[in-house]
Amino acid sequence: MLAPQPRQAIVQVLEEAGRIILGKEHQLRLAVACLLARGHLLIEDLPGVGKTTLAHTLARLLGLDFQRIQFTSDMLPADIIGVSVFDRATSGFEFHPGPIFAQMILADEVNRATPKTQSALLEAMEERQITAEGSTRLLPEPFFVIATQNPSHHIGTFPLPESQLDRFLMRIELGYPDRAAERALLAGADRREMAAALQPCLSGAELLAMQHAARAIHVAAPLIDYVQALVLHTRSSPLWQAGLSPRAALALVAAARAWALLDNRDHVLPEDVQAVLPGVAIHRLRPSGETSARMNATEVAARLIEAVAVP
Amino acid sequence: MNPAKRPLDRVQSWWLLGATTVAFLPLVTDLPLWLVAGAAAGLGLRAWQIALRQPPLSRWVLSTAVAAGAVGIVAQYHTLFGQNPGVASLVLLLTLKQLESGARRDGTAIVLLCYFLVLTSLFYSQSIPQAVALLGAVVATTAALICLADSRLPPPRLLRLAGLMLAQAAPFLLILFVLFPRVSGPLWGLPRDAFSALSGLSDSMSPGSIGRLTLSDAIAFRARFGGALPPRDQLYWRGPVLTLFDGTTWRPATFTMGNRLPYAVQGDSLGYEVTLEPHNKPWLFALELPASLPANSLIASDYQLLAREAVTQRRRYEILSQPALRAGAFESRRVLALATTVPARSNPRTQELGRSWRTRHADNDAILREALAFFVGQELAYTLEPPLLGEDSVDEFLFDTRRGFCEHFAGAFVFAMRSAGVPARVVTGYQGGEINPVDGDLTVRQSDAHAWAEVWLEGRGWTRVDPTAASFPKRIEQNLAAAVPAGSPLPLLMRRELSWLRDLRFRWEAAGNHWNQWVLGYNPQRQRDLLARLGMRAPDWRSMTTTLAACGAVLVCGLTLWALNQRRRLDPGQALWLRLTRRLARRGLPPRRWEGPLAYAERIAAARPELSAAIREIAASYGQVRYGVAPAAEFERLRTRIAAFHP
Repeated sequence: MLAPQPRQAIVQVLEEAGRIILGKEHQLRLAVACLLARGHLLIEDLPGVGKTTLAHTLARLLGLDFQRIQFTSDMLPADIIGVSVFDRATSGFEFHPGPIFAQMILADEVNRATPKTQSALLEAMEERQITAEGSTRLLPEPFFVIATQNPSHHIGTFPLPESQLDRFLMRIELGYPDRAAERALLAGADRREMAAALQPCLSGAELLAMQHAARAIHVAAPLIDYVQALVLHTRSSPLWQAGLSPRAALALVAAARAWALLDNRDHVLPEDVQAVLPGVAIHRLRPSGETSARMNATEVAARLIEAVAVP
Repeated sequence: MNPAKRPLDRVQSWWLLGATTVAFLPLVTDLPLWLVAGAAAGLGLRAWQIALRQPPLSRWVLSTAVAAGAVGIVAQYHTLFGQNPGVASLVLLLTLKQLESGARRDGTAIVLLCYFLVLTSLFYSQSIPQAVALLGAVVATTAALICLADSRLPPPRLLRLAGLMLAQAAPFLLILFVLFPRVSGPLWGLPRDAFSALSGLSDSMSPGSIGRLTLSDAIAFRARFGGALPPRDQLYWRGPVLTLFDGTTWRPATFTMGNRLPYAVQGDSLGYEVTLEPHNKPWLFALELPASLPANSLIASDYQLLAREAVTQRRRYEILSQPALRAGAFESRRVLALATTVPARSNPRTQELGRSWRTRHADNDAILREALAFFVGQELAYTLEPPLLGEDSVDEFLFDTRRGFCEHFAGAFVFAMRSAGVPARVVTGYQGGEINPVDGDLTVRQSDAHAWAEVWLEGRGWTRVDPTAASFPKRIEQNLAAAVPAGSPLPLLMRRELSWLRDLRFRWEAAGNHWNQWVLGYNPQRQRDLLARLGMRAPDWRSMTTTLAACGAVLVCGLTLWALNQRRRLDPGQALWLRLTRRLARRGLPPRRWEGPLAYAERIAAARPELSAAIREIAASYGQVRYGVAPAAEFERLRTRIAAFHP
């Protein structure tokens, strides 16, 4: 459980963000949980539903320095991680860090880049360090990547392969706002400006402490049984070609811990696992023939949840 | 919606169809062809209905089909009642039930009918393959029943569940089988038409009748000897004795029957146990001559052993025999007169031959020797395919065709002896048999059927003479296959080149014998023996019922303890939570199996706002106890909260 002050801060983050991203409380909460679980977030949706605004808002509220990388098809790895340039004064090569050396990265439209460039980003995400010209440079802490992706049937895209999708702790969809939220959006001020005016609620150190606290949330034996039952079900069910990996199970527990922390609890409940399951598990599962590809993540997750009894 | 009226989904329909098909298959050979074809068409139509989501057939079509089927059954059996018409009606109605079923309760009816259909298959066969097939049908039907309850389970799991349930029933089955007081005979009376198709020796003999029988591999009976087997040439299993002859057919004379041996027995006897296959005739078979009578049997004055009723079930009896025994030295005049009668104008050439022997010899022994010499000298051929014979069959066989089987030999010999004035009669039965090397039992098949002669000699009584053996000693020393010319049509198992097949058959028959002895033949006697071996002296039905109840109670207690133990493994907090959810379930708010405590509490709060505060507190508390850091501290609070909770 958190001390009252950080608790207050995290409530404030969610409230403030909710004032800018209207009607998306659940997705915001998932995004923050993902951050607290030291994971990276993939937002997959149509252009213009507020992906970039979400990233901006979170970066401002959490007091993180922010970089946006717009991915294009002619981008090279060096455009992300940086490049060494010859310096006449020292007559040696000097490394000019790329945009990835920031605490929060918005990798916009990551599926527009070629696989080579994508993998440079994804490696950095996984290792939390960059190796360039023989020397290793650590990335800042906390380090959080929000990647956005257009639905892959759009023309001129390189959809992320499954092995790369696995690097993201969560994949969420924002979806269209409901009628009331959209009306408020249309009537209100410009969202980018509102986001730029936000004051940070947390310092970087506080955020690190919270990430630490999330890892200390208690996971009881029955809950591990439950996670195992879920994972086993995906492995034996004919609905999927292959079941969840141990890495996915670890991700599920980590995300559920962060979710419990947001609920101000010191232990994880099955509900926490169920809440994060659509975001954490479904993008790691490949549906087999009979599961219709048209079902969205929430529906698929509901089927999985309903198949497994809570211990 | 009333669960019984809920429509069947496709998975359930497929399972029901499958179970019906599997239950129906063992009956296919026992039903008339038109019904099998009709049922197959009906089930095919049902498959079409399910596959293309067609509605059930209309009442009119079904009523017409019922009427047509009933007419067909009456035309086939001349009645609607009885075993065969009953089974046929069951198949008809089950097929039509498939075609009209749409709701869950139709499914239940089909499952029950399938169980019943499985039972009826036992009317026709109770062999091991049948038992295996029926076990499969019961598993499939049970799986269909489970599927009616939950059609989302994948098929392997359904089958596993069904198998598990049946396996759980197995201990009860075993206890009931061993301990349920046995009555002699079946528990239910089988209708009279049940045994019409059984084959075996008949009570008359005409040329060709035994030859036809010997083409069958079917087992007539098995014998288990306590000690060494007597030599092959003494293995004459006595069956019907035929005294009367009308020129073509031999028939038994009507003799008196008694329950005491009509001759004196002295010296050592050979003891053995016979397991007789049902043959729908009263005769029992024993080595010549029987020295004791099995229970419930009679002996005729021509020394034929008879059961009091036709043998329609496998019957086991213990008996003694004395191969060297002779009887009938003081035979009555009436019997001897019958045994020398020949129809006046029948077979004149043989009658002439007999008379010529009589004029040459006064001594019956000498006539016997002369006759045997004549039979050997005639160079008769032993064949399973004798030519057709006309009115004077004996003459034609002895002088013209000279080809015949044992009934020709025996019949002609007896006729010739009678023509010479020597009393003689035909004895039918089985000769020899085959040792099954697997269990050491002697197996006697229909192909061992034989006929021989019995001659009455002054001072010695009835004496066995086998004219076939005199001409073809191999028939007696080895078997039929050795005696007939190569290439004759023989039962498959008698052919020497198929030794591996015979070996397999031996093993299979030994297994079948154990099944017969211990499963089908588990009668009051066996039950007493087994219980005595288990230490129950002189069990009567009272003590057996007590033991049965005791064993059942022990089993039920064991299962209950096991189940309770399963429950006790529940976490104490979980047990408290279970009590709460049961209380709410009685109010119509059962938990869903995938629901966590908080989600359940929210649902209860939405349905019963007045409970919302209490239930939320309890759920949070339970979450602490079950999943929290320090469950013990919260446990008492949870207990008091749940105790105070009254929905």
